[in-house]
Order: sequence, then structure tokens, then C-alpha cells
Amino acid sequence: MYKAFLIKYAEIAIKGKNRYLFENALVKNIEYQLKNVEGTFTVRKENGRVYVETEGDYDYDETVSALQRVFGIVGICPVVLVEDNGFDQLVADVIAYVNAAYPDKHFTFKVDTRRARKNYPMTSMEINAALGEKILEAFPNTKVDVHHPQVMIHVEIRPMINIYSTEIPGPGGMPLGTAGRAMLLLSGGIDSPVAGYMISKRGVTLEATYFHAPPYTSERAKQKVIDLAKKVARYAGTIKLHVVNFTDIQLYIYEKCPHDELTIIMRRYMMKIAEHFANEGKCLGMITGESIGQVASQTMQSLAVTNEVCQMPVYRPLIAMDKQDIVTIAEKIDTYETSILPYEDCCTIFVAKHPVTKPNLNYIKKSELKLSEKIEELVKTAIDTTETILVDAE
Amino acid sequence: MEAYLDNSATTRCSRAAAELMMKLLTQDYGNPSSMHNMGVIAENYMVDARKKIARTLKVQEKEICFTSGGTESNNLAIVGTAEANKRNGMHVITSAIEHPSVSNTMAYLEGHGYEVTYLPVDGYGRISLEELEEAIRPDTILVSLMQVNNEIGAIEPIAEAGEIIKNKNPETLFHVDAIQSYGKMRIFPNKMKVDLLSVSGHKIHGPKGSGFLYIKDKTKIHPIINGGGQQKGLRSGTENVPAIAALGVASEEIYTDFDAKIDHLYSMRNHFVEEAIKIPGVTVNGDTDHNSAPHIVSVSVEGVRAEVLLHALEDKQIYVSAGSACSSNKPAVSRTLKEIGLRNELLDSTIRFSFCVNTTVEEIDYALEEMCKMIPMLQKYTRH
Repeated sequence: MYKAFLIKYAEIAIKGKNRYLFENALVKNIEYQLKNVEGTFTVRKENGRVYVETEGDYDYDETVSALQRVFGIVGICPVVLVEDNGFDQLVADVIAYVNAAYPDKHFTFKVDTRRARKNYPMTSMEINAALGEKILEAFPNTKVDVHHPQVMIHVEIRPMINIYSTEIPGPGGMPLGTAGRAMLLLSGGIDSPVAGYMISKRGVTLEATYFHAPPYTSERAKQKVIDLAKKVARYAGTIKLHVVNFTDIQLYIYEKCPHDELTIIMRRYMMKIAEHFANEGKCLGMITGESIGQVASQTMQSLAVTNEVCQMPVYRPLIAMDKQDIVTIAEKIDTYETSILPYEDCCTIFVAKHPVTKPNLNYIKKSELKLSEKIEELVKTAIDTTETILVDAE
Repeated sequence: MEAYLDNSATTRCSRAAAELMMKLLTQDYGNPSSMHNMGVIAENYMVDARKKIARTLKVQEKEICFTSGGTESNNLAIVGTAEANKRNGMHVITSAIEHPSVSNTMAYLEGHGYEVTYLPVDGYGRISLEELEEAIRPDTILVSLMQVNNEIGAIEPIAEAGEIIKNKNPETLFHVDAIQSYGKMRIFPNKMKVDLLSVSGHKIHGPKGSGFLYIKDKTKIHPIINGGGQQKGLRSGTENVPAIAALGVASEEIYTDFDAKIDHLYSMRNHFVEEAIKIPGVTVNGDTDHNSAPHIVSVSVEGVRAEVLLHALEDKQIYVSAGSACSSNKPAVSRTLKEIGLRNELLDSTIRFSFCVNTTVEEIDYALEEMCKMIPMLQKYTRH
């Protein structure tokens, strides 16, 4: 019955002179997400509203789930648009709408009219009262409840009249591409895809860096990360993924440095390399999935030591979240199942049994001096041999 | 050079078997249940496969029931007989080191009110016959044992077990999981007093998705797959004729010149074991004489994680398994290795080499040579 969707967005509406930029991005992103949905769609801006209109047959469920992946959308309202042919016709339209939308007529309702077009001959209050009366007449089992109605029937008088009564929640956030780029440190775990999703939700375009340790980590581990990037790309659009061969650096650190400091030193080099690609890609920040105290390398002391190597701001959207909350988001964005596949990654292959949990920057720097002979060359080689993959959603 | 030493995970399909499959998929593709000539032709391929397989076991043709492979054979044998015989009792015996297709099926039975006794094994992975005898009760309806352990190659005393079971309780059925032993040993169910025997096709150079269950005539068993009543109602569903015919070919091939093949396998295994234990930190688990299968060697490497070694070998085109390949998608600690009392530090440091008749000395020497180079290097990165 629905041939159109009314798209609601919240934060964009309060933007000033830049508002059109956000709205245009939103329209573009909606079009992008609907590209692979069965049906013909037109996305249209009108007086601070965005409409998705359909032509002919389309897949309703697919359309809604595609729209639910567009950052910036707060609500998706399946809407009936009718021409203004006088109040009697409006009554007939609203009754036809209620009849089709609610097969079971036992419910309480309220009519909520907004008169955006002020030349309409009746006021909002008059329309509410008159329409309510007609609905009660048509469906005697319905009741009016102005405080807690089960069904809120919205009637908006615009150039066309909008009739709708459901609002499907969208993901919220800001339209993709309105904030800049950032470099996500993507591992095969649960956290980093969620971190990427959350930052991307604020309109940030993603790039990603993954460190692998062939031959000790398998091709499956790399494929898992590509699969995770694909899942995130369903929301965040195409992701440029840098796959860095980290084996030689890892072995060299292992050879030269105390083993309980291995992880922390390794992470410092990961940050350095990721920052290199971030600069190259004109990113404005880096993103990690770290959360205070989750593991030895994520204590506040460890985070401070890791953070010290980079110039660029590091965004850590999960920093204060509990694991279960992170898992909940991972399940929502469908990365969880992939994340828990049990392939070793480079962080788990060579690790100390008891890594240091409160590293001291001076000690760590002293240990790193032992690497001075070859490390720069190894980092350069790792950067030069990095494979770059453009990962699209499937 | 490449060395595929993971033949207990799966083998390369024999060319003759694969070519026959192609023919049955594209030319003689009839449904054996069809009444017309195409159906008759297809049926004849099945009859022929049955004949070939029955000959290798010295059993009757009608005692062979084709399945989709080892897992289905084990499920059918265990669930099928447990259901059909539950009026006689609900007690079942198995060992503690069975393949998951048996142990998880046993867990399923436990969830349905059956009582299961798990026989422990010694340091070589073998059950004790005394404990088996003690465990058999008047209400024991089934004993299920593997003939060759898939992780360490231990050979269980099947013939002796058969004797003990039938002496103590003639009503008790005896199922043998022969998935790792068929094609590596001569197996005669009648002599060993075995009622049911599971075999998988792809472990003997047949196609994946093929296998059979030997079911001694007059054994009480229920189907676990219901439908159109194929294979005397015991295993409904259109028969996978290409795979069945190919399995027939593979079975016949593997038992041709059999003694020479087994000598070859043992000589290669012995050579491999002899050289491997010279590498510092390397130990071989289980027995390495003729009480152990000729094609499986379980190797523990002190201070090297199995997955690291596996991928390092993979880098040299040497393919092996960590633990048991069939369950190795999740690096859970191997039950078999735990049961034989392997030290905790070695549980995560154990890989399996498995050979086939086509494995060459060159492949084995190549693998040994790379291990000699690689293991001391990897041991440097041990966890402290």
C-alpha cells in the first residue's frame, strides 16, 4: 500500500548555512544504499523533508533495511501521499488508510495534524477533531485516547498531504562523507569493527589497516578481516584496506626486547605504520577498538604508552564500554559471528604469558633502542610491501 | 616441492573413480528408482559397487548400506540401533577418544535418556579389555569403538573386544568406526564379531560425500532419514550413484596389491619417525610399532604452537593438521591427546602427519629437512 517513505533526520535540521551540504549527502547516501534493492526509487528533497518514492513493484523489507543503514536517518515513515481535493476527500483517504494499515480495528488512536501550508481552510485542531469523529464513525471498535494512543495518525498538510502512522527507527548519526576520513586499526576481533561503525556513524569515511604475520597466520585470518570490512562497508561505504606484513618486525622485536614488553612495543609500531597510511590518505584521525582495562595492552598506562608514538588524534569510541555492550552492537551490525571465528592473528601468535600491564614509557623507549639497528628498514619494507584492497559491501 | 601429508583429513580422488563419476553425471545419469532402462543402468552401477565392497570385507552384498560418508554412517549405526533396541535396555558403551561423529552422537543419546559408559584409554590410546568386560551389562544394547584413532593412529583390539562382548552378552550389538582403518588393514566383520562397521569414501581416494555402513543381516536398526524408501527403507533419498560407483572403484583399488601397499606405508612411517625424533624437542605420541596404524603420526614439538608450525610448514607447501582435522576449525584442545595423558604444555603443540599409498620418500625427506631448519628457529619464539 505504501508507495513512499518519509525520511526523518534530527541533527541535520539544526545546521545553519551548511544544512544543504548535509541534506545533499543524505540524499546521495540513500540513493547509494537503494542501488541494489529491487525496485525503482526517486529520492527527493522538499521543504526540509526527504522523500523516497517508488515506482511499480519493490521489496518493502529490503528497502527498509537498506534505509536503516543510512547514517543520519532517525526515522523511516512509510507514508501515503494524496492530493488536496477538499476535506471530504481527505476524510475518505484517511479512512482508506486506516482500513488498509490496521486489519484489526480494536485500538486507541489520536489524530495529529500539522498544517505546514497555512492557506488550508481549517486549523490543525479543527482537522484533528473532525477526522477523529469520522474515524470513530467508520470503525466503531476504535477509541480515542489523546494521552497514550496505540496508534498516532499523522496528517501533514504540505503541497501534498502526508498520512502516516509508523516510524521505523533509523541508525541515527550524520550522513556519511560529511566529516572527513579516519584510519581504523582493524583486527579480526569483536571490538575494532564496532569502533569503525561507531565513528563512521558520525559521518566519517573509513580507511583501515590490518596487520598479519604470514606464514604464521593463515589466509583464513586475512579473509576474515576482509569479510569484517565488507560487513562494516554495508554501512560505511567502500573501505580502503591496507594489509601490512608484520612478521619480520614482530620477530625482530621478539629477538631483541624483553618478552613481557612485546605486545606494547608491537602496538607502538602498528600505530606508527597505520599513521603513515593515515597521512598518505589525508585522514584526520585514527580509530581503535580499545576499551580501558579489557586486556593488558589496554590499561590506562598501556594506552598512554601506545598513544605516545602518534601525532594524529586517536579516537577510541569503545573506551568506556563494557564487553557485553560492544557485543550487542557487533550483533546488530552482524560482525559478531565473523569476529568469533577462531583463527590466530598476529597479536595472539607470539605473546608473552604475562605481559606487562603498567608499562613505563622510559623503560619501553630504552627497550626500543635495542631495535635501532634494523627497525627503520623493516618498517620501510613493511610499508613498501603493503597490499591495498578496496573492500565493497556485498 | 609439495608434500601433502594430511591424508587422514582427506585424500586425492583416484583418477579412475573420478572419471567414472564424470560419466555417471553426464551420460548414465538415470535414477536407480526409475522403471525405464536408464534407471536399470544406474542400478547396475550400484549393484557392481556393492559387490566390490562386499568382497573386500567378505560379507554379503545386501549388508552394505550406502550413506553420505563416515559421519552419517556413525549416526545411523548408533542412533538407528539404539532406537530399535531400546526395549532391551538403554545402556551404551564407547571409548573416551572417539571421533566427534561418535562422541557427539553419544551425547545426543544421553539427552534422550540413554546411559553411556566411556571407557578410558592408556598412554598409547588403547582401551582395556577387562574394563570393557566389566562395563557390559544385561541392558547393554551397543558397544561402539573406533578401530584406528584419527589423531594418534592407535589400533584398538577389535577382534578381542568382539569376542568379549558376544561372550558376555550375545544381545549386545558391536559397532566399529573403521573410517581410519578401512584400506589400511584387512577387516573381516564376521571374524571379529562386528555387527556394524562405518566407512568413509574420501579417506580411501574415493569422492567426498560417499561412504557406507556395513550392517550384519537381521540386525535390528531404524532409519534416521525417512522418505521414499530407498535402500530397503533404511536410507531414503535418491542414491548418489556417481559417488557410490566411484566408492566401489576406490575400495577395489585400495585392496589391490594390499600387502605391498601396507609395507610401503609402514616403511615410510618408520623412516619418518626415526628421523623426526632426532630433532631436539620433538616427540612422537602413541605407539610406533605394528600396534599403531601405518599412516598416522602424531608429533609434539616442545615450545612451538601447533598453528604456528602448521602455517610455517604450509609456507613450504607441506600440508598437515593441528590436532584432528575434522574438528580443527576450532582450536579446542584435543580430547584424545588429553586422554593419553599428554603434558599440558604439549596439547597445543601437537600436529598430525598422515600418509597415503602415494606418499613418496622424497616428500617425507623434504618435510623432515624443512622441520630440521624450522623448529629450532620457531623454538626461539616460545612463550616465557
